[in-house]
Amino acid sequence: MSQTVADPPRSGPPQDPHVSEVAHTPVWVTVTRWVLIALTIGVLAYAAQQAIEAGAWLIVIVVAFIAMSVLVVYSTRRFIPLKYLLPGLILLLLFQMWPIVYTAATAFTNYGDGHTLSKEEAISAIQAQSVRQDPDAPRYGMSVAVPEGATVQNGELSLLLTVPPAEDAGELEEGAEEGIGAAELGENVTADGFQLFVGTEEGLEPLAAEGVEVRGNGTIGAAPGYRVLNLMEANQRAQEVQDFAVPVGEDGAAVKPATTSQAFVGQPTISYDEENDVMVTAEGKRYVAQDGNFVPEDGQGAVLPAGWTENVGFDNFLTIFTDPTFRGGFLKIFLWNLAFPLLSVASTFILGMLLALLFNDPRLKGKGIYRSLLILPYALPIFVTGLVWAAMFNQQFGLINEVTGLNVNWLGDPWAARAALLITNLWLGFPYMFLITTGALQSIPNDVKEAAAVDGAGPVRTLVSVTMPLLLVAVGPLLVASFAFNFNNFTLIYLVTKGGPFDSGNSLVGNTDLLINFAYRLALESGQPNIGLASAVSIVIFMLVGAISYIGFRQSAALEEVN
Amino acid sequence: MTQPTAETPAADANAPAPVPESKKAAASAVSKPRSGVWWRHALAIVALVWALFPVMFILSAALNPAGTLSASSPIPQHFSGKNFSDLFASTTFPFWTWFRNSLIVAGLGTVFQVFIGAAAAYAFSRLRWSGRRPGLMGLLLAQMFPALLAFPALYVMFLRIGEVLPTVGLNTLWGLLLVYLGGAMGANVWLLKGYFDTIPKEMDEAAKMDGASHARIFFTMTLRLVAPILATVGILAFVMLWGEFLLASIFLLDQDQRTLGVGLYSLNMADRNRYFGMFSAGALVASIPPVLVYLSLQKQLIGGLTSGAVK
Repeated sequence: MSQTVADPPRSGPPQDPHVSEVAHTPVWVTVTRWVLIALTIGVLAYAAQQAIEAGAWLIVIVVAFIAMSVLVVYSTRRFIPLKYLLPGLILLLLFQMWPIVYTAATAFTNYGDGHTLSKEEAISAIQAQSVRQDPDAPRYGMSVAVPEGATVQNGELSLLLTVPPAEDAGELEEGAEEGIGAAELGENVTADGFQLFVGTEEGLEPLAAEGVEVRGNGTIGAAPGYRVLNLMEANQRAQEVQDFAVPVGEDGAAVKPATTSQAFVGQPTISYDEENDVMVTAEGKRYVAQDGNFVPEDGQGAVLPAGWTENVGFDNFLTIFTDPTFRGGFLKIFLWNLAFPLLSVASTFILGMLLALLFNDPRLKGKGIYRSLLILPYALPIFVTGLVWAAMFNQQFGLINEVTGLNVNWLGDPWAARAALLITNLWLGFPYMFLITTGALQSIPNDVKEAAAVDGAGPVRTLVSVTMPLLLVAVGPLLVASFAFNFNNFTLIYLVTKGGPFDSGNSLVGNTDLLINFAYRLALESGQPNIGLASAVSIVIFMLVGAISYIGFRQSAALEEVN
Repeated sequence: MTQPTAETPAADANAPAPVPESKKAAASAVSKPRSGVWWRHALAIVALVWALFPVMFILSAALNPAGTLSASSPIPQHFSGKNFSDLFASTTFPFWTWFRNSLIVAGLGTVFQVFIGAAAAYAFSRLRWSGRRPGLMGLLLAQMFPALLAFPALYVMFLRIGEVLPTVGLNTLWGLLLVYLGGAMGANVWLLKGYFDTIPKEMDEAAKMDGASHARIFFTMTLRLVAPILATVGILAFVMLWGEFLLASIFLLDQDQRTLGVGLYSLNMADRNRYFGMFSAGALVASIPPVLVYLSLQKQLIGGLTSGAVK
């Protein structure tokens, strides 16, 4: 009797001898629990150490916070609900809530192609790119490398530099003193007297000589932790290598590649005037800061290459709603974005329900086989069905035109493409509706139908006035969920039409784009990715989905179930 | 193959109660009681043709040794394993690596997602704590903002994380898995909680009287009692993760990191016409796991979906 009352506080081990005897925790449970805690803390400690080395303080703080909450929640007997919620909660906060907050913040910036750096970084990048070689400057051996395990195409580039024994490492050595490297100065000298350095876009570091192979021409052939690119491979990234500059020292000097195997240290030809916030070239041309770029003050010539991220207020949202190319496009996309999920839910539900009614006859034999086969479109992965339907809609070789004898340019005509998507989605979605209406039909009590029959209602009347309303109440929330899902059905559109066809002269707004496909193109696929603008579109979608779901769920009274 | 046998006992279980009643109802309501079944079969076959012709098309293309889209036909006319052997031997398109990656992501993702969801549902259904109601509401709200809408932020975020912790950065399966798990708690917690609520609280009380701790009740009793809904959530999670495309296409850049979806997409993009046979062969193999899962657990899926919806 008293145990249930005494249970909630649980300030210490149970006092009651009877309880402690029965509730004795087996040793292996305690051991497992502590092993798991220790493992988690160990992994987190490793992550923290890596983050400290890289100077990523935000990650350090987050990791430390996670470690603390794990300790507090699992090492004590308190916080019982949190013991069940913590893993999910941490993942939710980190990978769902934080990106949403981050998206919201990014929506107010110009983050994107050419605007990924901070202003200081942009200034040093501009200076580094303006570096010109002094005629008498020494040259160093150079190899291009990516981190071991990374690919040639995507790995982060670094320059592996060698200073021949006779030469003075001078500027390189000075530059490297500031770098926090794995190796100390002194450890970077080979047996032959070569001094080794590794340069990244952040700066220069000494490279430990152990295990490094220096080739006959004075360049590095292999180094532990790096994959040295051969000429062919380096050529794949020739443009990047050519623009690559390793900052050394405060005054903007930088190491730049001179040939495929040599690099030099040079001085910048452009300087930053902090007081007036302008960049001045050696010839005296001035560039003023404007909209995240340095633009020529006299309006002549090009903008300086590197730009920076800055706050742009509501500009992105204004662009969406006022910019002529966007406004018209956005409205068109929005209307289609409403029509597509509405028509999809309606068509799939009607077909699914008709099939469910068809099979809802106890006399029908072989229902199981029919059902298993009908479910197939839903069971196949979307990337298979999406691409196969795209192939079937192909005008030249596609099955649809071949079988129907039509010659419709399904994916090239705006209305035909929309129809193609609706047909595909009808095929994809009807099994789900069939499943849920089958379940709901089985749950409608028979006496209700009997009562209707007793009152003289025919089968059609019973269906329309009794079965249908009950059915809609039962599947209502699922229909809302299906609407919300199709509202953001990126994958189907992307696989079947890619948002196309595009009107000539407008490669930004496709005729079958959903908002999310539009945002995706803005962020990742257009020639000039604009992540800030894409984030703003995402925020607009958030709000639309939120409003629609709110209305939907209020209608379906799903919220009433919590008590 | 197991389906019909799995179906019959269940149909029997449903049948006894309604049959006599519905016969009466049918006799009184339907004017011609014997007209019933054949037209249902006819319509069912029409529905089957509609549901299966794209599947036949994939099968036909996969078996066609010509291997191109232009040479494909709606009904299999050739039978050859050439496309399969071409695909499995290809080094440009490492099919089995994709398959393994998909298995890792979808398999681990399912296990974690079910466990995290079940633990959260237990806390919401069984434990008494303030903040339960706002917590559930918050989860519902978070669900309305699906993670994929935040992809620009996820991209930048994992780019940065990758600079510090390369194993979970961009272009890794583990980073992708973490993103998938971000939605694990909210995804099915309502469905799960609804089912948890149907298990009598008296059982918990009784176990507590016997001195069982909350963890023991959860692991040894509750989890067993809610196994059907766990199966439902597991199927949904597995099929969703197996087919997920948007985040995977952003995250996985290298051929040998890709999952089946992104990999087969790259194969399709390389040349829609020429590789169509190989693509179809890959698509068939890629479809086997989710189809098996569906067919074997169909009953649980229908039961689970509707038990959450119909209250």
